[in-house]
Amino acid sequence: MSALVPPLLSRRRFFLWGALALLMIVLPLVFDKGYALSLMCQISIMIIFSLSYNMLLGQTGLLSFGHAAYFGIGAFATIHALNFVGKAAALPVSILPLVGGLAGLLGGVLFGYVSTKRAGTTFAMISLGIGELMASASLMFPVVFGGEAGVSGNRVIGKAVFGVNFGPQIQIYYLIAAWTFLCILAMYALTQTPLGRMANAVRDNPERAQFVGYDPQWVRFMMMILAGFFAGIAGGLSALNYEMVTAESLGGWTSGVVLMMAFVGGIGFFYGPIIGAVLISLLAIAVAGVTKAWLFYFGLFFLTMVLYAPGGIASLLAMHKRLWNAGLLLMVMPAYARVTIPLLLTFAGLVSLVEMAYQQAEVLETPLLVFGASIDVNSLAPWLIALALTAFGLVLLKLSWPRVSEAWRQVLAGINGEVAR
Amino acid sequence: MEFFLISLLNGVTYGLLLFMLSSGLTLIFSMMGVLNFAHASFYMLGAYFAYQVSTYVGFMPALIVAPLLVGGLGMLIERYGLRKAHKFGHVAELLFTFGLSFLIEEVVHLIWGKAPVDYRIPEVLDGTLFTLFSTNFPIYKGFMMMVSVGMLVALYAGLTRTRIGLIIQAALSKPDMVEALGHNVPRIFMLVFGGGVAFAALAGVIGGNAFITEPGMATAVGSIVFVVVVVGGLGSLTGAFLASLLIGVVQTFAIGLNISITDVAALFGIELVASGVVARLTVTQLAPILPYLFMVAILIFRPRGLMGARES
Amino acid sequence: MNVPALQLTDVRKSFGQTVIINGVNLIVPRGERHAIIGPNGAGKSTLFNLASARFPVTSGDITLKGESVTDLKPHQINRLGLSRSFQLTNIFTNLSVFENVRCSVLWSLNYKYSFWRRLAALRDANEQAHRVIDAIGLAHRSDTVAGILSYAEQRALEIGITIAGGADVILLDEPTAGMSKSETGDAVALIRRVTEGKTLIMVEHDMSVVFDLADRISVLVYGEIIATGTPAEIRASAAVQEAYLGTTFAEGSHD
Repeated sequence: MSALVPPLLSRRRFFLWGALALLMIVLPLVFDKGYALSLMCQISIMIIFSLSYNMLLGQTGLLSFGHAAYFGIGAFATIHALNFVGKAAALPVSILPLVGGLAGLLGGVLFGYVSTKRAGTTFAMISLGIGELMASASLMFPVVFGGEAGVSGNRVIGKAVFGVNFGPQIQIYYLIAAWTFLCILAMYALTQTPLGRMANAVRDNPERAQFVGYDPQWVRFMMMILAGFFAGIAGGLSALNYEMVTAESLGGWTSGVVLMMAFVGGIGFFYGPIIGAVLISLLAIAVAGVTKAWLFYFGLFFLTMVLYAPGGIASLLAMHKRLWNAGLLLMVMPAYARVTIPLLLTFAGLVSLVEMAYQQAEVLETPLLVFGASIDVNSLAPWLIALALTAFGLVLLKLSWPRVSEAWRQVLAGINGEVAR
Repeated sequence: MEFFLISLLNGVTYGLLLFMLSSGLTLIFSMMGVLNFAHASFYMLGAYFAYQVSTYVGFMPALIVAPLLVGGLGMLIERYGLRKAHKFGHVAELLFTFGLSFLIEEVVHLIWGKAPVDYRIPEVLDGTLFTLFSTNFPIYKGFMMMVSVGMLVALYAGLTRTRIGLIIQAALSKPDMVEALGHNVPRIFMLVFGGGVAFAALAGVIGGNAFITEPGMATAVGSIVFVVVVVGGLGSLTGAFLASLLIGVVQTFAIGLNISITDVAALFGIELVASGVVARLTVTQLAPILPYLFMVAILIFRPRGLMGARES
Repeated sequence: MNVPALQLTDVRKSFGQTVIINGVNLIVPRGERHAIIGPNGAGKSTLFNLASARFPVTSGDITLKGESVTDLKPHQINRLGLSRSFQLTNIFTNLSVFENVRCSVLWSLNYKYSFWRRLAALRDANEQAHRVIDAIGLAHRSDTVAGILSYAEQRALEIGITIAGGADVILLDEPTAGMSKSETGDAVALIRRVTEGKTLIMVEHDMSVVFDLADRISVLVYGEIIATGTPAEIRASAAVQEAYLGTTFAEGSHD
């Protein structure tokens, strides 16, 4: 059976990529407020960053706690290039993210060599150490890293070309969107190459990969370099977007956020990190705007995902899509309906407890408003009510959840039964 | 001379504290294959629990109660959280402990707020133990050394002389066999995890008031503990001991050496152009990144660590 | 002079104080089908692991087609033309059958670490993968994820991965382990087909398979080879019968 070479772009693929491009072009025209544009810029940058992270985790099996190092290196390189070019005007601003990419690539070469000597848990710790190394070192060289204040720049240099000088947010959005589209395309294409596939093989079984002729360390090293390249581009775009880079972009927080995005989105699917980037960015804005305890909720959310949905949102979507395809989606709905009330009760109780605790610990001046109701944290009653609510909700949840498991069991048996026929 | 001795004493104290942390981490890793990312968080909880307990009943009871409380909490976390994540593989376990470290810090925010708490050295231990040349060596530092060494001796004796210790040693390398012999390995795992984090908590109890007790203390010391286990060799208690002391002493010396790199080079007879940015850096300024440089060096020249087992 | 496919000279292996392989000398000529048998714990798998550089030797020399490979890494040995299968199935669990086999041909076709070529456009790689999949009889499972295949299918895939790269010295570690009688028959036919013209070294417990396939047999006992010869010679050897006390050859036993 000879293998026909499939065309580069099947009709379905063309449609999907086209739809994505169209979406990115049209979105700012629909949501044209200033903060919406800024958010879209941030989300696009995070999409590139989290996809680059998943090149390591989802595709090669490398769990890194220090990926921000390459993002930060790219960001600093770009802002310095921007300032340099501002005086000499040699390069157009639109090319500058490539400078960030190259810086990230070099970082990947330098650190990647040392990191990829080991895999698994050791790699994770090494990545943490290198991330901390960069973050600490950044405070030692203020000329490069700008000390506490960071390095700033101005992305409007030279004359405007066809009215475009990247000053207005909408213009920088389209630049970022173009880069994002290209990067998504490139990173996807990479998964369809020998290196990309062997990275998967090394992830699944590094020993076997050796015995088909591949050196796992080299495969990991090369993926590290490429991931650093794309992370550097993301950093460069961030530098252009905010016209400022601080040491925080190298730090543990940035590394943690990108890990969370990729994982929550789903590391087993190429588009998983995209979902994660969008969701976490939106949630961060939404939740942080409403409560000071948003970091706590994030932590809890992340832990819940790890224990109950380690495949991420993409895997949940894929699971339900299977049901949809088999026409069985409705079968799980009644069980879902049953757990909704317990979930809401638990949620309400937990949120009340957390908000009250926060209010008490921080001794804030303004009175606490939980779901619109004003609460006095110093009296006992609200605490007891919240505690009771949470406990009650949890008990009901424990009682009603088995129905969900049971419904899924039946549905899956139905699907597999049909397949076997 | 004075500088040397004082720095040595301080360095050893710090190193012993690091070992209290890294020993628990190594035990948990060797036994369960899980790298407890949240280990330093339990260090922090130890300090906070001790603070809270000491406001009611004083420091000495807190010394016992706080680690026990944290140990109990650790056992619950192992039983209901880690064990579940274990089913999904090593990455899931690591991510669980990572998320845990994050959540614990936020819980501390929730309960005690973001500002440092006033966890003080008890008056009976507050003072000078002896004076070396012109520097006072505090009683409390001596106390810290005493507790650290005491814990280590107890750990060694417990592992090698008691029945449960021998079972733990056996389960360290052959858990299936131990289970086949009728021992409840999941329960042993729970005990080891609880014990490991209790050691970390004890370190927090004695370290929290000597240094500072605030929500950022976990991250500050957390990454250094990982460097210690990488340098010492993953899974080796002796390696962790050597690495802890090494890094503790070197870093303490470095912080006190306010000489520039140019001066150091001059000691070796090398003349550096004094205007370079790197050359002007003092050793003090380099101190924070020294542990990480150590780690990179070990990875290049001896990837298995000082005493780690070679990967076959 | 004919360079042997694989030559082990005074190979020793100890793990700490425990001596597993105690001075093994073995010459396997090109094109021969050679079986290594022996009681449990004799060190057969260890010997394989030494020959394929999974473990380093404590002392001794190993040459592959005349070249010394004693200090090489597994991927280097594989690139020189030696490929092996594993007793415990060792496949890429999350990739499809087709992807598994295609990964095994990529290096031999010189695609190395390239990230600028589209996998789907690699005609020769894809055609070779399909040929191998047909040969191992898994064409109908080509797109199935390897992790959910049945045991026998996984063993067949294991063999497929081993031979796909075109290695001419093949090491098979208990290829029929855990198989039923009919599955074993299929496996033997498969092995005979795919190792046509190549050198095959096999560790086996199933004597019927051994006597069916092997040109020569070596018997490994307590880390030493006590006898090497044709099946008839081995059957007749008193030393071998003594080592296998309680096991009968004549009918060919299934372990």
